[in-house]
Amino acid sequence: MRRLQALLDAMWGDRQADRVVPPTGHTVWLTVLTSGAMAFLAVFALALSLATGRLAERWGDSLAQASTIRVSAPAEQADAQVEAVMAILVTTPGIADARALDPAEQAALLEPWLGPDLPLDTIPLPRLIEVTSDGSLDAEGLRLRLTAEVPGAVYDDHTRWREPLVAAADRLRALGWTALALIAGTLAAMVTLAAQSALAANRQVIRVLRLVGARDVYVARAFTRRFTLRAALGATLGAASGGLAVAFLPAADAAGGFLTGLGFQGAGWLLLPLIPIFAGGVAFLATRSAAFRALARFE
Amino acid sequence: MIELRGVGYSYGGGNLLSGLDLELTPGSFHFLTGPSGAGKTTLLKLCYGDLKPTAGAVTIDGRDSRRMDRDGLARMRRRIGVVHQDCQFIDHLSIHENVALPLTVAGRDVAVEAANLEQLLGWVGLSRRANALPPELSGGERQRAALARAIIMDPDVIIADEPTGNIDWDMSKRLLSLLAELNRMGKTVLVATHDLALIRAAKAQVTARVLRLAGGTLSAGTEL
Repeated sequence: MRRLQALLDAMWGDRQADRVVPPTGHTVWLTVLTSGAMAFLAVFALALSLATGRLAERWGDSLAQASTIRVSAPAEQADAQVEAVMAILVTTPGIADARALDPAEQAALLEPWLGPDLPLDTIPLPRLIEVTSDGSLDAEGLRLRLTAEVPGAVYDDHTRWREPLVAAADRLRALGWTALALIAGTLAAMVTLAAQSALAANRQVIRVLRLVGARDVYVARAFTRRFTLRAALGATLGAASGGLAVAFLPAADAAGGFLTGLGFQGAGWLLLPLIPIFAGGVAFLATRSAAFRALARFE
Repeated sequence: MIELRGVGYSYGGGNLLSGLDLELTPGSFHFLTGPSGAGKTTLLKLCYGDLKPTAGAVTIDGRDSRRMDRDGLARMRRRIGVVHQDCQFIDHLSIHENVALPLTVAGRDVAVEAANLEQLLGWVGLSRRANALPPELSGGERQRAALARAIIMDPDVIIADEPTGNIDWDMSKRLLSLLAELNRMGKTVLVATHDLALIRAAKAQVTARVLRLAGGTLSAGTEL
């Protein structure tokens, strides 16, 4: 607890130490603006990482057990063939659930792609059977049996198209985290440059402080306080506006659960307040190391 | 207090100082004189740790200056009051705050020392200028403010580098009498000056030794 207090004191700096450095006018706002912009971008990178994480999880989990059997047959034989397939499925070990989609459901699936007014009943559509395995299904055996007994039925395991999607989602998530790391690095670089210019502009102040017996820590604090606070202020504004922008994104769910929607869910929102804290921490460390490097030039 | 044993100092090329022995005992008053460029400022800097000797050793309060780290140097500066040749201040802070700066950076509560501070400003004759900014002061006022800042921490040693360099004679005498008064209070004083008139004027007020620095070596001058 005392260590935490000491850390907070160091970050917050001391008002008196802050006073010894003259105020710097409009360049203050450059740091605030940079930090704000970085926080705004960080919100989206974070949202992307979390959303693709959810996407990968969903595709990985719920689709892992699912597969489809497509029955292509002339309209008058379709029902008979579907029934034959259902009969096979009942006797196949490893099937948890099998259900033939009715025409209305199939029409609903096609509607987002083909529009609502298409007379689907005039088009010969294959019939679909949704199969959920309990994990022990011998897919190859089922495929062979179907080929032998119901020639019009094709077993379609989702793994084939699921895997590249999961890989893509994982890659997107990695890109999101990379973007966050780059944003943090850019903020650190910006603050370092700003701090260096402030340190250079205040050579005289630093010299006088050292001559009257100020320790390096004291001088560094005079600078870390203002840059930590500016970065945290900017990041608060940036994260807040980024959060609002994400919250008011048009909902993607109407177009189908396929698009998981860029955004935060539940506890994910709690990450937003961490952005200003993190930005403050980055600014503190960047300023501190710049200050100690600058101080090495003074006795 | 401060002891130099066989101290030499060289700036890259030639030797500026060599084989210096000097001991500043508590309560002593020394003048350091010599032609300009002889290394008076360098010698003073060696005495308060700003420069480290390239030969021999400087001990300050029993500690070798070469073994002092940056924080050690900072702490030592609080115990030795230095009036620099170009007395620098923080220009956006008032004289009052500048004089209190050593207290501030040492983490002492300035409010507690407020009475001391008022008294000190009165003693150097700057009470009415306390709220002025450093650039508004005359040369003499700056020197006195620098002296006040040098002694606010109540140091045992006061080192002044050409404190009367660019001020008029009356002001020089006034500054000298302030230094003499500090010496009578038991402080060790070391003043570098090329102003012989000042040294003569000190005769009446203090017992001072004059050290002459020339050709890189010290010669003991007369006792005044």
